[in-house]
Amino acid sequence: MVPFFAYTTVFLIVPTAVVVIGAFLDADNRFTLGNLEALTEPSVVRGLTQSVILSAVTSLVGALVGGVLAYAVSTAREGSVTRRFFTSLCGVLAQFGGVALAFAFIASFSAQGLLSVLLGRVGLGTGSGLWLYEWDRGLVLVYLYFQIPLMLIVFLPAVEGLRPQWREATETLGGTTWTYWRRVAGPILMPSFVGAALLLFTNAFSAYSTAKALVSQANPLLPLQIGSSLSSEVILGQENAGKAMALEMVLVVAVVMVLYAWLDRRAGRWMR
Amino acid sequence: MTSTTPAPTDPSTRGIAVQLTELRRVYGGVAALDGLTLHLEPGELVALLGPSGCGKTTALRCLAGLEDPDSGSIEVGGRDITGVPTNKRDMGMVFQAYSLFPHMTARQNVEFGLELRGRDRSARRARAGEMLELVGLSVHADKYAHQLSGGQQQRVALARALAIEPQVLLLDEPLSALDAKVRAQLRDEIRRIQLEVGTTTLFVTHDQEEALAVADRVGVMSVGRLEQVAPPAELYSAPRTPFVADFVGLTNRLRARVEDGRAQVLGGSIPVLPGSADGPEAVVLVRPEGIVVEPGDGPAPATVVSASFLGGHGRVVARTPEGEEVSVQVANTDVTRYRPGDRVHLAPRGDAALAVAD
Repeated sequence: MVPFFAYTTVFLIVPTAVVVIGAFLDADNRFTLGNLEALTEPSVVRGLTQSVILSAVTSLVGALVGGVLAYAVSTAREGSVTRRFFTSLCGVLAQFGGVALAFAFIASFSAQGLLSVLLGRVGLGTGSGLWLYEWDRGLVLVYLYFQIPLMLIVFLPAVEGLRPQWREATETLGGTTWTYWRRVAGPILMPSFVGAALLLFTNAFSAYSTAKALVSQANPLLPLQIGSSLSSEVILGQENAGKAMALEMVLVVAVVMVLYAWLDRRAGRWMR
Repeated sequence: MTSTTPAPTDPSTRGIAVQLTELRRVYGGVAALDGLTLHLEPGELVALLGPSGCGKTTALRCLAGLEDPDSGSIEVGGRDITGVPTNKRDMGMVFQAYSLFPHMTARQNVEFGLELRGRDRSARRARAGEMLELVGLSVHADKYAHQLSGGQQQRVALARALAIEPQVLLLDEPLSALDAKVRAQLRDEIRRIQLEVGTTTLFVTHDQEEALAVADRVGVMSVGRLEQVAPPAELYSAPRTPFVADFVGLTNRLRARVEDGRAQVLGGSIPVLPGSADGPEAVVLVRPEGIVVEPGDGPAPATVVSASFLGGHGRVVARTPEGEEVSVQVANTDVTRYRPGDRVHLAPRGDAALAVAD
């Protein structure tokens, strides 16, 4: 347990404490609520709103597509090559973010990207390719690239936990396949599904480097605004305002994780 | 072996006849069912007994509609249901693995099948209450599966299966996940309930004690075929094949000379069962309780190898000069009379036994 506590202290508790305390200090380290006023600025509100929208959309789409894929993978024989291939692949893709992912999309979908050029030759041009750098179109697509595999990995154990006897019991009691999914499997999987979707939400909400690599002209998302305020050389003394924004993120993530933990406990009880 | 003799099933019960005819089911070249034919009388409880992979569960799943036989037919109440989907077969089933819906309470589980049949809420609640009362779990009606013990879960599963008033009740090794004491209790309870409701029941198990204790008739299966179907006492005392003699209860395989319907064995003579082999080089299958052992020398001398106290009775294993090891059942109070190395003599009691070619 000691290594675990040491790890969480250094990488979770101390940074969180720095953020929380810093959010209430001014440049002279005196207590102030002034940093919180930064949270009401239109650009910050817009950043938060857009971060929530991006996270919600990619977590919802990622959860739906990844959920269906998880079910498809679960139908493959346990230990089969297909199953091992997809779970391994998704394990890699779920962690494939940041600059490398941004570059992969630029190389494929930008104006001179390989796929854009190929599609253009067959009359299916993707236009200027500028859409790739917009938070509501480009980032949605890029984020889905790691959200869908992450969903598959997180949700697969729940789908695998469905006992064949539940389906057979439903059938012997007079139910159909639809009855099974609507009344038995659906409700049993729902806490795990929502829990996994919440995990995807926090994954997207806190993603930084992928967005930073793709969107360089503005800071449409909260993590980018925090990064900017901590590293800006134009406006000095903005660090603590950045910490207030970070506190806002911590609170959103904390709420989501509490919900996730509650759902996970509930699902775990059912799957025992 | 404890064996409560089942009361004969009342023919006026609401049970219905079941007929499986020449069922065949092959998996990857291996026949799980190889021409299985079995008849269940209305209200009868038949146990299918056999080792793992003998096809007993496949037979039950074919009857439930969860597996399709490659050939053969299934009739319930005279109606051919071979191609009828599971959800239209009107059968209640209790599974080996716990199968309660975990997001529903015990009551909701029992009500589920009734809800699918369009029964109104009050009728559902009344019937669920009745069924939970029948299995002795009324006080646990509002608990979820994870709040119930294994035995309680299987009781609720039984109540759920019976709530829909099925034509046939199918029990697929429902007790195998339970510990010995709970298993024995629930086994007797299943029989009590089955007699009370009178539903024709097929009970699959690999536990011979369980099968002999609850069934009106027991069918012993081996490699997809029925070796013998008979009431428990007959199956035990008059096995028709060496497999049945070996599989049901303990059996001594003793060399014997068989002539004119009698076997000369252990210095005595016993009648052989119909279908037995004949000749000077035969093996007779004799139960441990079909042999007596006494201290001292006699016509069939032997040396004690071990003497064990087994609770309700004792067992002495003795070796003959020919090297045959013979297991003999003795009264538990007599076990201390025998020590390894003691000289004893053996003799058959005189019960009929099956003889097979050596």
